[in-house]
Order: sequence, then structure tokens, then C-alpha cells
Amino acid sequence: MTQQGVRWTADQVLALAPDTASRKAGSKLGAAGPWSEAGSSEEGTVWGLCRGSGSKPYRTVIDIADSTGPAYKCSCPSRKFPCKHALGLLLLWAGEDGAVPKGQAPDWAEEWIEGRRKRADDKRAEDAAGSASAGDPAAARRRAERRAELITAGASELEQRLTDLLRGGLASAERRGYGLWEETAARMVDAQAPGLAARVRELGAIPSSGPGWPVRLLEECALLHLLDQGWLRRAALPDGLAATVRSRIGLPGSADGPPVRDRWLVLAQYDTADSRLTTRRIWLYGAESGRTALLLSYGAAGRAPELALPVGLTLDAELSAYPGAGQSRAALGERFAAPEPAGFRPPGVDVARAVAEYGEALRDDPWLESRPVTLARVIPTPDGDDWQLADADGELALPLTPAARSRSGLWRLVALSGGAPVTVFGECGHRGFSPLTAWPQGAGEAVTLC
Amino acid sequence: MTSSPVPASAAAPAPASAPTSASTEASGGSHWEELVTVALLGTTRRTPSGVTSRRDAPTALLDAAAVETVRRRAGMRPGRAAARVEPVAEDTRPPLPPAAARRLTMLLADRPGAGSSGRRGAAPDLKELLPQWLATANRQGFAAPPQALPALLDAARGRTDIRPAVLAFAGPRALWLARLNADWRFALRAAPGGGAVLPGSEEPERMHALWEEGLFAERVALLAAVRAQDAGAARDLLAGTWASERAEDRLMFLDSLRTGLSAADEPFLERALADRSRNVRATAAELLSALPGSALAGRMAERAGSCVAIDRTHGTPGPHGTPTIAVEAPHECDAGMERDGVVAKAPAGRGERSWWLGQLVEAAPLGIWSPRLGGRTPQEIVALPVADDWQGELHGAWCRAAVRQRDPSWSRALLGTPGAPEAGGPGAVSLAERAKLLGTLGVEERAEWVAGFIAAHGLSEAFQLLGVCAVPWAGPLGRAVVDALNIARDAGSYPWSFSGVMGLAERCLDPAEAVRLEGLTAVPDESENAAPGAGGYWAESFQRLVTTLRLRAAIQTELTHP
Repeated sequence: MTQQGVRWTADQVLALAPDTASRKAGSKLGAAGPWSEAGSSEEGTVWGLCRGSGSKPYRTVIDIADSTGPAYKCSCPSRKFPCKHALGLLLLWAGEDGAVPKGQAPDWAEEWIEGRRKRADDKRAEDAAGSASAGDPAAARRRAERRAELITAGASELEQRLTDLLRGGLASAERRGYGLWEETAARMVDAQAPGLAARVRELGAIPSSGPGWPVRLLEECALLHLLDQGWLRRAALPDGLAATVRSRIGLPGSADGPPVRDRWLVLAQYDTADSRLTTRRIWLYGAESGRTALLLSYGAAGRAPELALPVGLTLDAELSAYPGAGQSRAALGERFAAPEPAGFRPPGVDVARAVAEYGEALRDDPWLESRPVTLARVIPTPDGDDWQLADADGELALPLTPAARSRSGLWRLVALSGGAPVTVFGECGHRGFSPLTAWPQGAGEAVTLC
Repeated sequence: MTSSPVPASAAAPAPASAPTSASTEASGGSHWEELVTVALLGTTRRTPSGVTSRRDAPTALLDAAAVETVRRRAGMRPGRAAARVEPVAEDTRPPLPPAAARRLTMLLADRPGAGSSGRRGAAPDLKELLPQWLATANRQGFAAPPQALPALLDAARGRTDIRPAVLAFAGPRALWLARLNADWRFALRAAPGGGAVLPGSEEPERMHALWEEGLFAERVALLAAVRAQDAGAARDLLAGTWASERAEDRLMFLDSLRTGLSAADEPFLERALADRSRNVRATAAELLSALPGSALAGRMAERAGSCVAIDRTHGTPGPHGTPTIAVEAPHECDAGMERDGVVAKAPAGRGERSWWLGQLVEAAPLGIWSPRLGGRTPQEIVALPVADDWQGELHGAWCRAAVRQRDPSWSRALLGTPGAPEAGGPGAVSLAERAKLLGTLGVEERAEWVAGFIAAHGLSEAFQLLGVCAVPWAGPLGRAVVDALNIARDAGSYPWSFSGVMGLAERCLDPAEAVRLEGLTAVPDESENAAPGAGGYWAESFQRLVTTLRLRAAIQTELTHP
């Protein structure tokens, strides 16, 4: 678990920032000025004193070698996590001007690191002991049965609402507006089916989503109906599809797949946020297994999810898959070393193959919106007001999704390409392609687009 | 997405959860369209085909739609590629060193609106360092990292001051991008000929074609480029079409003659004195007056000379019988004066005669005054008393002439000694005029004069003068600024009274000075006469200054010793 020699880039450090303001504030502190007694240890600890406005400097310490991701501690009063001082110190450490020399951690830093590692060990031991005697199995089964009944009632009620809607016609949905869906979504929350609730909420937004809304509304109603029916008849489904239905409904699963140890390349990391929750998606590609896996991490509103993996690095770690046919989601298990520069790229396919793979993936999961894919040798090409990724060696092209067209990352991609072929990782689905990371032709590091 | 639903069942999965009697066998777009129509109208109004019981119709419709939706998605095909854009030519400049590339990312992340603003604290203002970073990178000839171009163009869009440096650094790929994004059109306007290489006088045919047929901006760029290369060729180009140009265009084109102005331009400018447009006439006159040997300068010398003389009898002679300068302003603005660019109508609130006098003296070659005023040096002339309150008018006109004719000895004389009491307050020569005069002096002399000014008068009036000094500041100037800041702190005022100078110091002080500033970054004990808390704020300001200097030193190292 050593860290020496491996520096992060500024981008990688800034990716840890919980918001734009922190990123900005952290950047400013990434210079030697306010720091004193900064240092780092062979074990992956970085510490320093940062002069603030008060008389006592803040004590900042970061454990970058921890197996669950970087951990931070700072004596400043900020509620941001990591705070600007931790970001600034990491930037200073990432720079190459020798501002953070190797050395012996001061007592205050050492105490925290030791306490932390001890707690982590205790917890691991506790978990190991706990899983052996997981409460009362009979009570757990009763709870699960009770919840299944609630969901069944919810799904039946939703079916009723969908058939009512189709009986009266979608045209009336536009007139009745958003309130109807909000109320239905609330009923699905009561039924403890968060997956259904989220789909219902999205239905409510479709009538105001512009031209072509009736088609999109019918599609989503039909897929929601398909999910209801899947739940109601889950006993008759093959195991894999049944597990997919359970996860789409929103039942918690546990990553019980066999741990796969690999060198996992971090392909992309991006956040989406609503008023209550920030969701972070991290795509990984296994060098040996050839698998692409998705890690999800959550943070309460305004706080960054704790897991952060810099794009372009690899980590030697174990991943366990969540259940469900065609599902990419996995959980990060033990990490055997801190992330290090990758030195390889994911293999790519052409546009036709990418589309075909999405089609095939629908066999296992008909609710799949998109699928991770790396496109090799594609050229970002303007197509009227739209953009597409066109095969450099063929005549086929994939349009970008409407969301991707409006992101600033589009222009980083276009600039990187300059009309020449590039390798692009992204999500490919029925709305088009959403680019997340790109590599230039020839040598060059991964460029994040999201 | 070009969606071509495939009829084959191979491409469409049969969702196990949707057992359906409806039309899995039916296919194609028409079936889907029928489903959408029924769904829109509602099954009470229209029954989907193949359904007998009206009660089950909605479920049957949803079943069929589910199958069709998944089939449509699974059967999707890629579209045709649109016409490709022409790839950009390769940038042959060396790439940025990795540390410098990281620094650029950080500088660009610190854009206005990129976070909450407020009191600046001890952290450096990164966006203020971008211009210097760019200047250094350009001097070193590095190529911009392609992925940084959008952020660079966005930064240049909001800040015209850094546009030329950004566009030079960003290279041809930025212009290639600008053609694809309307937000960056400014890059095409700013680059001569939209980035294409301009023809020079060695390609007369292309040059003439562009001059005859080009857009206005292209023609201005062409003229400037040719003028810089071959002044005569540019003048010939201009003379060829002069009569047919619009007045505004003539004015813009005439301006290009400022570059490499010489006696050879005089005949052309003399003809322009008869131009239909008053603005063109005035500009031609101004250019001619900057040529001390020109006929116009000679005519103006005669007029101005007749207005200013030594008078030994007028008023009270100074001590030791010092002579006085007597001024007799012109009584009328005749046609000849007007033809030579003198504006007859005075602005509101100004006397006509003093208005005319100012213009005559401003346009007269400075060389006439020494012989005219008793063989005195400029220093001695400026020191002479001027009768009847004409001093301000006369000295002001001399200042404008010294700047126009770039005459260091007159500039020196009019600036006076920096420590003189009138240099800091309202004297005959204003601070704005002094700043312009300083611009005619050499870099070292300029810094020395301003250092002397600050030592004598403090910082409150120095801002304008500091702005014309070369960066990084010369040693004595830097020390004078730091000493003055230190004195201001000891005097107990708040640092924000000096925030302008402090900001300049962050950008202009030599990074090597950081060491000497260390002692000022501690919070001093509160003295009795100090404003409450001022000591802490000063410490913070000096910390920011030191941090910024360190950062500038790091930037320099990253870009020069990769």
C-alpha cells in the first residue's frame, strides 16, 4: 500500500471537490504560500499546516492509501467534505515543486491516521463476525414478505392507473398536468418501490418535453407496465431476469457475486444531483477480465459522495457484482494498492457494433437506457445543429444525446479530435451516445468530458 | 437516432414478463404508429386491432406497446455519417511540460462566476496571473493542449485584454474550433483574414485582389501587415483606391500610417489635408505634425512661435531679474490654420483663443523653442515663469507635443524632479500627462522616476504612474512600493485603501522580492492609533502578495525549465 512515485494530476485532485466553489477555493490554496510544515509519508499520509485568518493554523491531514478511498481530517470549521484545505494540500502534493517533502508525520497527524486504521480494522472484524449471526432470520424473512406485499399492492394500483390513462387517452395526460403523477409517485414511495416511484415521476415530465412527447410517453408507460407485470409474475421468471426486475423496482440487493481481482482502469466518473441526493457513477474496465463495471456512490445534498477515483488511473482491487442479468453494477471490495497511472486504454469497437451490443443487452434487461461502450477511431462531426460520432473508416455514425450536445465536454472532445479519429468511452443507448472520456490519436492521457 | 425497426424476431427479445396475445407477429412502423394513435385517443374511442374485448383493450395496448418499444430499441441502426470537417493542420510547436499544463488547468478553473466571491483572503487571484502565464508560454513557443482550448477561448471571450495572447497560444486549432462554435466567432474576427495567411508585397496579385475585393476587416488587416513589412507598398496600395473609399474607412486606413511614419509619407498626408472629411483632415494634420521636418510642422512652428516670446518688461521680474514668458494667443482661426487641422470651434467652457493656442503649440516641433527662447534647454524653459496665467495651457500643450513627438528631453523637463512638491499635487502638469510623458522615457529611467515619486509622495497618487512601468518592476521601484505599503500599515490605515496598488504589486513585483517580504506577513501587535483589526488584514494582504509571487516564480520555472 505504498504511494511514492505516484502523483495525481490536478484534474484528479479537483475531481474530489464537492462543488465548484470548493474547487475554486482549493485551487487557490494549492500553492506553497499559506502552508507550513507540509510533508508526506511513505505510507500515503499527507499533512500540513495552513494559515487561515485566525492566529492558529489549520491542521490538515489526508490518508490517500486507505482501502476505502482518500480520507480527510482538517481542524477548519468548514462543513464541506473534503474542505478546501484538504484539496489545496493535495494539489500542493500533486505539484512537482517539492513543496511536500517526504518525512515523519507529526504526532497530531499520526494519531488520527492510527485511530482511523484501527477503527477500520475493528469494523472489518465486526462485519466478519456480524455476517455469521445476521440477526433473526425469521424476522428478516417476515420483513421481506411484508415489503413484497406492499410492492405488489403498489404495482397493482399502478397498473390500474396506467390502464385508466390508456382508456382515456394520452392526450388527456397533457391537460391533467404534473399533479396526477406526483401523487402516484408518492403512492409508490409508500409502497416501498422507489424504482417505480422514480419512473412515475419521469412520466410526469414527458408531456412538457417538446415535440414527439406522445411517442415517448407511450414508450415509458409500456415499459412501466412491463416492469409491473414482471414483478407480479416474478415467480415465473428465470432467476437472472427476476433479479433484474427486483433491482429495477428498487429493492436493495447485495453485491454477492464472487470477488474478481483485476487491474481496474477508471474510465469515467460523474455526478448527477437532485434536491436530496448526489449520485456518483464510476465506470471501471478490468484489464484482465475485460469486464466493464459500474460503482455507485451517494452523498446527501451538497456533499460529495465519499468514493472518488481519478479517471485514467488503475487500481488493483476486488469487485463483486450485484445480482441481475445484464446488470453492470458492482461493489468495490478490498483494494490492494493505491491507484496508479494506467498505461493502457480500453479496447474499442465501431459504431455498428456498439449499437448492436445495446440491442443485445436489451434481451437481459429491456429497461436498459444505455450501455457502456468504447468507440475506437471515431470522429466528432457536426450534423446540422446536432453532433455525431462517425466511424473514421466507414460511413456510419451515432448521434450524441441531447444532454451531451449541451455539455461543455462536447467542445473538449471536438478540440481533442481536431477532425482526426479519437477513442471515446461513453454510454450508448436509444437516445444516442453520451461521451464521457476520450483519448487522442497517438500518445496522450485520458481527457474527461463530463 | 435513425430508427429502423426490424421485423425479424431475432433482433427483438420476447419479454418473458409480458405474455401477450397482441401482435408480436405484426411488425413495422405502421403498427407502432397505430398504437400511438390509439394511445393518444384512448381505447374508449378507438379499439386497437386484434382486440375483441373492450375491457381488456388498455392492457392489450400496453402489452403491444411494450413489445414494440423494446423491438424498436433493439432494432436501432446507426445513421449515415454527415460530411466530415476538414481536419486541422498539426501544431508543430512542442507540447507544454506536464507541470505547466496542470497549472494552466488551475488558472482556467478560476474564472469569474466559477464560485462565490467575497473578501479575497490570503489566496492569490489566479485569473490575474493568466496574462503573464500566457505571455511566458508564448515566449517559450509552446503549443496549447487541445483539450484546454475551449476553456481558453471562453476566457478570451470575456476578457478582450488577453485575446491576442490566447489566440497566439491557442494556435490554428482555435480558429478551426471557432468556425464550429458561434460563441467563439471573435477569434475569427481577431485573427487577420480569419486565420488565413495574408499575402504580402511579394505576392502583388493576391495582395491587390484581397485589397480590391476583401471585407473591411480583411483589408484593415492586410494594410497593417503590408505596412509593417514595406511602408511604401502600403501607402501605394492606399493611394490607389483612396478616392473611392468611404470616409470612415479612409479614417481607419489613414491610422495604419502611424506604423513606420516617415518623411516619405508627407506628400500623401498633405493631399489628405484637403479631404472632404474633417476627421480625416485632423488625423492627417496630426500625423504631419509628428514629422518635425514636414511643411505643416514648419507652418505650425511659425504660428506657434509668433504667440510665445520672452518678455523682460512685462509684470514683476522674478528674483535676479528672471525673464518671463509672455503669451499672445491667436486672435482668429484663419482658413490656413483650419486647413492644417486646427479645430476652430472650442468645446463648451473653453476660451477660443486659448483653444487655438493649445493646438498650435501641440503641433509645432519642440525643436523651435530653444532658439526662440534665448537658447535655453527644455529644463530652463519649463522653469521660466509664464505671464498672465498662461502656464497651464502652455505646459499642457508642450506635454502633448512631447508625447506625440516622443521627445525624452522635453518629457524629462516637463516631468520635473519626482520629489518636487508640485509633482504630487495639482501642478501645471497633471498625473495623467505625467504618465504619458513617462512612456517616452527608457524603462529604467521610468522606474527610477516613479520610485522617487513614491518615496516623496506615497502611494495614493502613484497608481496611474505604476501602470506605465515595465513588468517585473525594477529593484528600486519594487522596494519603493513595498516600503510605502509598510509605511501605510504603520500609519494605521486599512489595506483596502491600497488595494489597487496591492493588486498591481501582486502582478508586477519581481518574484525574487518574496524573500524580503516574509517579515511583513506576521500579524503585528495592535498599536494605539491603528484602525481596529487593520494589522490582521495587512498581514493577510502581505501573505497574499508573497503567495502570489511564489506562484509566479513557480509558473516561470514550470514554463522555462521543464
